[in-house]
Amino acid sequence: MKDGASAVKTWIPVAGPEVPYEATPAAAETGGPPLEFSPAAKKRIQEIYLRYPTREAALLPVLRVAEKEFDAIGQQAIECVAREMGLSPAAVYGVFTFYTHFRREGEGKYILQVCATLPCALRGCRDIVHHLEKRLGIAPGRTTADGRFTLKKVECLGSCDTAPVVQINDDYHEGLTIEKLDGILDALP
Amino acid sequence: MSAFDPKSFEKVLLAHVDEPDSHTLGFYLSHGGYEGAKKAILQHKPDEVIEIIKKSNLRGRGGAGFPCGLKWSFVPKSTPKPKYLAVNADESEPGTFKDRVIIERDPHQLLEGIIIACHAVGIRTAYIYIRGEFVHGARVLEKAVAEAYERGILGPKVLGTEMTLDVTVHRGAGAYICGEETGLLSSLEGKRGLPKIKPPFPAVEGLFGCPTVVNNVETLANLPHIMNRGADWFRSIGPEKSPGPKLICVSGHVNRPGTYEVPMGINLMVLINDVCGGVWKGRKLKAVIPGGTSAKILTAAECDVAMDFDSLASKGTMLGSGGVIVMDEKTDMVDGLYNILRFYHHESCGQCTPCREGTGWLEKIVGRIRAGNGRMEDIDLLVEICEMMVGKTICVLADAAAFPCESIVKKFRPEFEERVKGGSGFVPSVSTGGPLVQIGSLSSHNQETRSARAAHHG
Repeated sequence: MKDGASAVKTWIPVAGPEVPYEATPAAAETGGPPLEFSPAAKKRIQEIYLRYPTREAALLPVLRVAEKEFDAIGQQAIECVAREMGLSPAAVYGVFTFYTHFRREGEGKYILQVCATLPCALRGCRDIVHHLEKRLGIAPGRTTADGRFTLKKVECLGSCDTAPVVQINDDYHEGLTIEKLDGILDALP
Repeated sequence: MSAFDPKSFEKVLLAHVDEPDSHTLGFYLSHGGYEGAKKAILQHKPDEVIEIIKKSNLRGRGGAGFPCGLKWSFVPKSTPKPKYLAVNADESEPGTFKDRVIIERDPHQLLEGIIIACHAVGIRTAYIYIRGEFVHGARVLEKAVAEAYERGILGPKVLGTEMTLDVTVHRGAGAYICGEETGLLSSLEGKRGLPKIKPPFPAVEGLFGCPTVVNNVETLANLPHIMNRGADWFRSIGPEKSPGPKLICVSGHVNRPGTYEVPMGINLMVLINDVCGGVWKGRKLKAVIPGGTSAKILTAAECDVAMDFDSLASKGTMLGSGGVIVMDEKTDMVDGLYNILRFYHHESCGQCTPCREGTGWLEKIVGRIRAGNGRMEDIDLLVEICEMMVGKTICVLADAAAFPCESIVKKFRPEFEERVKGGSGFVPSVSTGGPLVQIGSLSSHNQETRSARAAHHG
């Protein structure tokens, strides 16, 4: 009985000061040195922390900073955010993948998000999708070989009165026709 | 049907949105801006403001129509914890785009509403949770907030009074479920946007475990006007039990889709014909979804109804977010329902089995009917699954998928039957990854299974 009790005791972790989780840079797996935030980004992140009572609450805004800083979010950016915030990379990854609107590593210079939900479907978004598939030679969810365009079919963009709608990176393009859309794509730098 | 003259109705919420500088602080101040907030803080104790809003009978404009003043009064008066306001600017219900107009064209109207709500409830920290796609809207809001801080409208001495208020614009990142109030709070806490079981309600235990008010943008935008013009004025607009001006978004097959400010209780047919120029291309009306895709559908014959919370509830549907989706006579209802179900399946957070599995099953079954692979019993199966989803989950996303499905299948059943009859008769094999099996070639087998099933249900 006594032996059993002491055996159980070994399972109880020793209490100590709380150490924030420190992620190991996985340079070998991801290639190249780990990403680091610039001093300007770090300053911005410090400002963000002040707006929230918990560190964790700043995660979505900090992911936005990372998205801008590194142009897209991949494994290395996730680890960088995790190190910065004292969270585990798995926790950051879990939150990041719940949301669809972050720019992911490997996506094109221009992300074409075609709204495909009912109000847009009633006003011809299918023609827009078919046209883009033909013009770009890719299916929704894919990126052109030159890395210029990623085509996505997305759910309601909240601009149903000006359907059909395509969001290209940050900007909404509304009340589209195929001609109008072609004009917009041709004019992209 | 009552006649409605859009020109004679005085716009309140959208009075200035067509003017080029309507989003700037200068414009807002020169048009009586922040007077309502000053009045609230200087002339009324917090409890008095709650009473005024209760008296006005302002009902929440986010979807549920819950009385705003009553919601505020649930927040404990004396608590050692900080209290929070979370502004729901997630606007993600398909067919809804009203808050966007306020956010982009009149953001100070929202900020003034926030100040009034925070004074009433004793809140010092507010977050505006805006959906990630509204990049422009977030920029406009951030600029408006910065301007307000610079001019002493927000910060340590709100409008020169002793009130302190911090407002932060918080961007979401593309998830319908974050429009659900507890999902929104989870997301604001930096987590996956998973809804939480109620009770405890956010008013008692919300953001960071503290008392929290969650209000929709349009609800808050009404507050300055009620403070300026009084509860009686507000109640003089629209029906007694759900008064006030209402933003209605009309999309789909009408000549003039858009966001319109109308008196609550406007007749739906008047809205479609007089305000929106009628059904497009000279076609006939087939059906209308009156409150975002989560609302039950109305057939053309059911559309002689007043657009307010109670009248639509009496027709078995809801005003919801005020997203009116109009469908003309050529609309394929099987296709339309498939689109709606794909949306809910995609947006289910996956916590609750009836929703995670149910939305997927509904999408798959309507998908095979649409593709010509349906079976006649699929139609009843859809209704049966809907019944198993409603009221059985943490949040109402499952209900929101089941309502349109059940109502469309029941009201447009012949279209589903025709699609099944006209189909190729193929059904996918029950074994995973197996070849397609033709019903015709296995009719006797199928007959047996059917009678076996009937005996089992017996």
